[in-house]
Amino acid sequence: MRKRGMLAFIISTFLILFFAYTLLNGLNLGNYEVRPIKNLLSLGLDLKGGVYIEEEAIGQVSKEDLERTRQLLDLRINNLGVKESTVAIIPGVNRIRIEIPGIYDAKNALDAIGKTGELKFIGPDNNVILTGKDVADATVGVDSRNNQPVVQLKLKDDGAKKFAEATAKFKGQQIAIYMDDDMVSNPTVQEVIPNGEAIITGSKDVEEAKRLAGIIKSGALPIKLSAATVETIGPTLGAEAIPTSKKAAVIGISLVMIFMLLYYKIPGLIADLALVVYMILTVLVFVSIKATLTLPGIAGLLLSIGMAVDANVLIFERIKEELNLGKSLKTAVDLGFHKAFTSIFDSQITTLIAGFVLYFLGSGSVKGFALTLNIGVLCSLFTAITITRFLLKSFVNSGIITNVNFYRPSVK
Amino acid sequence: MFKIVERWKLWFSISLIIIIIGVGTWLIKDLNYGIDFKGGTVVTIKIGKDFNVEDIRKIAAKYDPKASAREILEGKKVEISSKDFTDDQIAQLFNEIKAKYQLDDTAREATKRIGPSIGKELRQKAITSSIVATLGILIYTSFRFELKSGVAAIIALLHDLLVMVSVYAVLQIPVNSSFIAAMLTILGYSINDTIVVFDRIRENRRLGKYKSFAITADASITQTLSRSINTVLTTLFTITAVYIFGVSSIKDFALPLIVGIISGCYSSIFIASPIWVMLEKRGKIA
Repeated sequence: MRKRGMLAFIISTFLILFFAYTLLNGLNLGNYEVRPIKNLLSLGLDLKGGVYIEEEAIGQVSKEDLERTRQLLDLRINNLGVKESTVAIIPGVNRIRIEIPGIYDAKNALDAIGKTGELKFIGPDNNVILTGKDVADATVGVDSRNNQPVVQLKLKDDGAKKFAEATAKFKGQQIAIYMDDDMVSNPTVQEVIPNGEAIITGSKDVEEAKRLAGIIKSGALPIKLSAATVETIGPTLGAEAIPTSKKAAVIGISLVMIFMLLYYKIPGLIADLALVVYMILTVLVFVSIKATLTLPGIAGLLLSIGMAVDANVLIFERIKEELNLGKSLKTAVDLGFHKAFTSIFDSQITTLIAGFVLYFLGSGSVKGFALTLNIGVLCSLFTAITITRFLLKSFVNSGIITNVNFYRPSVK
Repeated sequence: MFKIVERWKLWFSISLIIIIIGVGTWLIKDLNYGIDFKGGTVVTIKIGKDFNVEDIRKIAAKYDPKASAREILEGKKVEISSKDFTDDQIAQLFNEIKAKYQLDDTAREATKRIGPSIGKELRQKAITSSIVATLGILIYTSFRFELKSGVAAIIALLHDLLVMVSVYAVLQIPVNSSFIAAMLTILGYSINDTIVVFDRIRENRRLGKYKSFAITADASITQTLSRSINTVLTTLFTITAVYIFGVSSIKDFALPLIVGIISGCYSSIFIASPIWVMLEKRGKIA
């Protein structure tokens, strides 16, 4: 019993510290490499800088139109050549959230988004033949005759009919394709196209063909938008926020740990170990659900660390009471966990009620904060009940320290 | 054992004074609604050296007489907000400040523009989420304890929310979307403390150790007191670190949280328990 307790305690302590070290610094085992956790966390715009836009649909719009608009905006943003941009519908309100990291000029992005996106095919007589509404699809293909990239156009039935007439009329002449006021292509009609399937040759390379296809397909937005929020976060703000947050985390967490150790002694030491497990778990959950770390999120995480020891405090206070009643160490530990359980459970549930309301009704940064807080509360509930219990029992069983005064605060 | 319940008049008076000052300021000066609620534009510029915020206010007033400027001490920055700035005005304003303080383009750290529709929605959300959360907590506590405990807990919660609004009013902290987060966090955190005390009351009543409601409450508060203080301490350790080292947007969020955490602990001991005794005894406290 004694030996087993000691072994269990030592092995688990070693494992906890090993995991913590691996998460912080990464691990390189020849073929296998574990990357440090900071490389796996995705940072929010407020930490890395960029442009944040919320576009609001004007008037009543259908879900389909909103989704189509989202796709079109995504395409337009991608045409700006930025990586990792996000274009997503904000549920509940008719708004589309656009996050573009790494660019700091909102005007550029707004211009790209704000294009009315009116596509027109104009004949030599300056009459409009087709508009974007007639286009069913535009893809990139290769011309089998000369291996040149081409844009393959597929028209809707109506458009196909109009296009057939126009190509018959203007054979040998040029039909220009305009996007808003820009001419994007000016191909010559080589033959009559009866079935609405045409190819546009003359693209220099695949990239250009892709761009052209993208523009033709993206066409006009089905709904009118207005920018409800436009935010530009320069690169320096995040650069400043990360080290200061780190400092706050290190100092805050150290204070909590030192306090627990000094006040609760051995149980405090075990609470500190459990807190390490708690942090590992929280970060892992965070990474695995692909949550984005934002400034309010960091505040939520740190707040939850302060709150996480609450369950342990409740348990240790109960153990103290039992020890003061003269119970044996083992009985006191058992009773402490048992008696503290209902208050831990009830108090954390009520915290979660508020947290979930905040998550479901909150928006943007508030959601991020609520998410970290909820993850924190759930993880702390788990570690306090399982990890602290296991470690404390193993340590008591090991019999290394049997003096009960090391298990209760000096304050009676 | 501490005698808390019998001195309820003292505790209630302390809270009332704070709340009257806060709510009074709220009614007279109104809250400092940030652009999240009002709509408008806010530009953050890093000056990086000592400056007089009045000078900047004067420059901003050229573009919008109603524009306001707020100094952020750490990093020596200024935050200029206006309801009606256009993009061109912001660019001109920045250029003027840039020239005056010999800055470069990176000094313009952040620009945020919020349309008027967002504020309306936020206000609605703030109200809905507070009501839904409060009801949820009331239902859960009434179910796990009894209706009287639930009501007492909710009154303590309202107390904490009013104290927090007082902080926003008196210190004129900008009320932005983080305001809702701060309020609901305290809602969830403060109820935590109250539940721990009520859990003890429930247990003590079951054991039938104490004769009166007041003694039961006092005993339960005393037994849970070191836990209440220690939990508040550990939470304050981390959130105060965030306040001291954090950037300004986080400071505006952390300060109300600090006050709310202290208020939550206070109310669970000095407000919730006496009210529970009152409700049990239908209005009289012996």
